[in-house]
Amino acid sequence: MDWQIIVDSIPALLEGMGLTVQLTLISLVAGFFLAIPLGVMRLSSNVLLSSPVLGYVFFFRGTPLLVQIFLIYYGSGQFRPVLQEWGLWEFFREAYFCALLTLILNTAAYTTEIFRGGIQAVPHGEVEAARACGMSGFTLYRRIILPKALRLALPAYSNEVVFLFQSTSLVSIITLMDLTGVARVIVARTFDVYEIYITAGLMYLVVTYGILWVFRTVEFRLSGHLRDRALDPVEALKLHP
Amino acid sequence: MFDLKGYGWMLWEGLSITIMVGFLSLLLAMAMGLIGAWGKLSRNKAANLTATTYTTVIRGIPELLLLLIIFYGTPTLIQNTAERMGFDIRLDFNPFIAGILTLGFIYGAFATEVFRGAFLAIPKGQGEAAYAMGMSRMLAFRRILLPQMWRFALPGLGNVWMVLIKATALVSVIGLEELMRKSYIAMGAIKLPFTLFFAAAMMYLAITAVSMLGQRYIERWANRGIRRA
Repeated sequence: MDWQIIVDSIPALLEGMGLTVQLTLISLVAGFFLAIPLGVMRLSSNVLLSSPVLGYVFFFRGTPLLVQIFLIYYGSGQFRPVLQEWGLWEFFREAYFCALLTLILNTAAYTTEIFRGGIQAVPHGEVEAARACGMSGFTLYRRIILPKALRLALPAYSNEVVFLFQSTSLVSIITLMDLTGVARVIVARTFDVYEIYITAGLMYLVVTYGILWVFRTVEFRLSGHLRDRALDPVEALKLHP
Repeated sequence: MFDLKGYGWMLWEGLSITIMVGFLSLLLAMAMGLIGAWGKLSRNKAANLTATTYTTVIRGIPELLLLLIIFYGTPTLIQNTAERMGFDIRLDFNPFIAGILTLGFIYGAFATEVFRGAFLAIPKGQGEAAYAMGMSRMLAFRRILLPQMWRFALPGLGNVWMVLIKATALVSVIGLEELMRKSYIAMGAIKLPFTLFFAAAMMYLAITAVSMLGQRYIERWANRGIRRA
């Protein structure tokens, strides 16, 4: 073990972690707001609304993230003339933009499926009660279904946040300098393979369990009214697949 | 759209390697998972701690980084250790073997949780009855618990398989010529990146679709004779 090389590389690795966290946060927020309408559409009885979402979710959940990244990053080159004409080539030329776009589309698909589960788990009686009070459509969703569905979806969503955070490491393959990317560059220069990779791994480990801790706390706060029926949060963490 | 200019066969070759790597990794992951679940449920403190550390560390680190650690780190570690002991050896990992070992090792952690949950789902009376009949722990495990555990483990194992087969794409990073790598190589020859990766994506999608059908069939088979409300 060469401790000096670890100490020397920590600032660079932390900078990489900055990009990792940035990519995670932006994709999470964008994916979250895309997934709410998509989840509602997915459950629509109108086939014209539900089937495109079904296809989108199936594609992004059924193929590896790496294929999706390559499809957008390298694949966009095949449509260069069209993209140039529309003035979009500037974006697709950038690895950062392509990585972000892929991560957003990917997490939105997984989150759509999670929200669908949440919406379906809303007790029927609550929806009927709201209808009986005269609520319909948008108000019903905004006031009754979505708040309840989001709370029900929280445990599954916390897993998705962790998976997304870890998946961002793939952007290093298309040359972005996230935590994994920085680690790979330092290793290529110094050949201190396990020192650097294990340091980077520990950083991922700390943030991963930090995320889980935050969600556990939020879940605990939100479930005050069902406390005795709620799962022990420590047990819930162990059950995480 | 799907004119791959005669490079389609490369993708088919890649697909067969992807499936092979996926399948062998799953077998290894299941073996690791059974050992891990034994460790987690065991009263032996050391086994317990080892299994818990294993699942905690593996699930906290991205697969890509673990792949890099195992593929590049292990030979270096062995070489350095050997050097200190006065030997000079050069090790080169075969990407096929390294890929299977890594994926099996990573998804073994996920399979551990699946098997642990499955063993806990077996009614307690089953084990107790077996011990009461005079069976030893090993015999009760083999005859009573293991056969019943599978039914509870199948849905979880199906999920592990779906994630694992997609994760095989990462093995392309260490140079194994599976579906992703083959598409990448073909891209250099014919300048149709979108068509190639889209064809590859469709192949992965086909694996997923077939796996979903297969999972449903196997689960129905495993649950035959189980009364349902």
